[in-house]
Amino acid sequence: MSRKKNTAVTAKDPVEIIDAIVRKHSVDRGATIPILQEIQQTFGYIAPEAITRISDLTGIPESEIYSIATFYAQFRLQPVGKYIISVCHGTACHLAGAEKISDAFEHATGAKAGGTSEDGLFSLEKGACLGCCSLAPVVNFNNETHARVTADKAQALVKAARAAAAKEKSPKGESQHGKQEV
Amino acid sequence: MENKKYKVRVGLSTCGIAAGAGKTYDEIVPLLAACGITPEKTGCMGMCYCEPLVEVIDSEGKSYVYGNVTADKAARIVEEHIKGGHPVTELLVLGTDAETEHAPFIAKQHRVLLKHLGKINPESIDSYLEVGGYEALTKVLGSMTPEEVIAEIGAAGLRGRGGAGFPTHLKWKYTREAAGEQKYIVCNADEGDPGAFMDRSLLESNPHSVLEGMIIAGYAIGATAGYVYCRAEYPLAIRNLRTAIAAAGERGYLGKNILGSGFDFSVQIREGAGAFVCGEETALLMSIEGKRGMPRFRPPYPAQKGLFGRPTCINNVETLANVPYIIREGAASYSRLGTENSKGTKVFALAGKVKRGGLVEIPMGLTINEIVFDIGGGISTGKKFKAVQTGGPSGGCIPASLGDTPVDYDSLKAIGAIMGSGGMLIMDEDTCMVDVARYFLTFTCDESCGKCTFCRTGTKKMLEILNRITEGKGTESDLDLLEDLAKQVMAGSLCGLGQTAPNPVLTTLRYFRDEYLAHVRDKRCPAKVCKALIHYLIHPEACVACGACRRNCPVGAITGAKQTPHVINQDLCIRCGLCLNSCKFNAIEVASGAPEPQEA
Repeated sequence: MSRKKNTAVTAKDPVEIIDAIVRKHSVDRGATIPILQEIQQTFGYIAPEAITRISDLTGIPESEIYSIATFYAQFRLQPVGKYIISVCHGTACHLAGAEKISDAFEHATGAKAGGTSEDGLFSLEKGACLGCCSLAPVVNFNNETHARVTADKAQALVKAARAAAAKEKSPKGESQHGKQEV
Repeated sequence: MENKKYKVRVGLSTCGIAAGAGKTYDEIVPLLAACGITPEKTGCMGMCYCEPLVEVIDSEGKSYVYGNVTADKAARIVEEHIKGGHPVTELLVLGTDAETEHAPFIAKQHRVLLKHLGKINPESIDSYLEVGGYEALTKVLGSMTPEEVIAEIGAAGLRGRGGAGFPTHLKWKYTREAAGEQKYIVCNADEGDPGAFMDRSLLESNPHSVLEGMIIAGYAIGATAGYVYCRAEYPLAIRNLRTAIAAAGERGYLGKNILGSGFDFSVQIREGAGAFVCGEETALLMSIEGKRGMPRFRPPYPAQKGLFGRPTCINNVETLANVPYIIREGAASYSRLGTENSKGTKVFALAGKVKRGGLVEIPMGLTINEIVFDIGGGISTGKKFKAVQTGGPSGGCIPASLGDTPVDYDSLKAIGAIMGSGGMLIMDEDTCMVDVARYFLTFTCDESCGKCTFCRTGTKKMLEILNRITEGKGTESDLDLLEDLAKQVMAGSLCGLGQTAPNPVLTTLRYFRDEYLAHVRDKRCPAKVCKALIHYLIHPEACVACGACRRNCPVGAITGAKQTPHVINQDLCIRCGLCLNSCKFNAIEVASGAPEPQEA
């Protein structure tokens, strides 16, 4: 489980956490999806080891859990970046230029849609639909919904996040990311 | 010291928060506290286009609604209106004596379901009780048999609001009559159609109304347990519903022996995991059972064999929210609204290139033009109204020339579209209809569960053709091939997803064939949307060489120096449009057709 820095779980053994999640849901019928959802919420993604452990505990074959995890768009089987950016590509957002907004985020973060930037800071997703159609185009930036996003605003959001991350890393001074040219 | 002179409400639904209502709320709370006022949190008033919204109600009950109240404007409202007693007229959207452009948005609607949205506090059951909440449930459990409830819903003429329009009372009757001890009621809150947000707003802003409808439905069909299957993309709706379920349980509206009637009922929430197909009822049930959400063959219908093999009734959020009103006010009062075969009101999510977008509730039978122009205020861009798209990926594109069509189940079906769940996207001249068709096919192709070959492969092939056309590589015979494939996909698919996926293509081919022909014959995109068929040009006489475009170009395709008009290298240009957005001098033009050689 301990692939990279899983800051949220260092306090406890990941296996114990998974066990607790499975136990909590196992009283309900058809709990596979809620189990996977909570595991993703805790770890940011669903690691192969987690699937094995759920299978051991519930008796549901690994292949079946894997097939469920790959069927639903919500589940991620790869670790994600520090910031998750989901650009809404619903109809209203599409008409309002969501493609341009996705492009702007790709250029600003270096991540391709569906992937994570090399520095591990940003994961970029395309989603539909966040249901804020009258305020299109809409972006969910780390669980905060932003309305009427422009390419400029996209760049500003990324820049601010980069600066915040750099500050966290080296609280004393400016990092190399701080002086990005616009 | 409490200030009894004014009440203040701040709308905090997802739309509002996205527009900055959270910051407005944080700003206004201390300012109002100094005046002895605690603002109330409410949900969505449906005026999404001018969020954040703040409402001030004076001691006589007169309401003043302020729009676009960003944090910086909050102080002015408190200073001038609350302290000074003078409404800030220029920020008012409703409640002013002067004629505002906003008034028709609400005045032309007929709000039954939306009546209390943005007025009540969705997190407070008392707030719901104050407006007659749970009266219908009390009436049902106190004085009606399940059969009488079903008959009342039948007399009202309520049809499913999820899109298919099946008579609700029949669904209830079949489930009631099905053999089996354990039965379920499932509320379909998997509002997957992109462009639709009626259910989100209802759940966020008035969750108890849906819950009350669900409990009544449970009583009518003989179910003791219910599930709400809600999209995970709607965290606030889930949170407010969870609060509502807990509160209803505490007050005895849910749980064992509800209101002393001997009727037991419990509700659980299941969060969807991002699969559009799960809006289809059998796929939805599979998903609740913890499986891949793949539709199955019907019969047996869920009414006979549904969730965990038990008789199950699946109703949409809006359908259930209608139930308390019908029971409380009586079937006759409900069926007076609407048309012969489409009774009651319908909530639409109006969005796209329209001035006033938001939630619109109208009696069925109003025309498209009345919705777009009278309520929506016309086209936001000042350009011409081109088309309206209803029913999301399953629906069709209706041209402006058919704007007189009444909006009801049958009239829309007759012109090749569907009413659908209520998404209504307005398009102007700048919208490319081929691109719209391609957009929807991208969506359905991506969301096809893969069970039926025609849906899995057919939508993919259709998408490939549409991609080809938008890239300027299509031929006229591609249009016939599209039509042929569309028919095959419709015939060869098990569920609604595949059966309706070709609709956007068929309706655009039917009503906007010229545009397809321009793409395949002239290699031209009339709306200047399709990237392969446009190019960007800088007009040297208008360019002031400010360098903004050069700095914004992500691929370094623009060159130029101080006082030298800039030039775009067409070979490097990826047509992202960032230069166009950055130019403040209108020097950049989107030109139709493939790029011409440019003199440097």
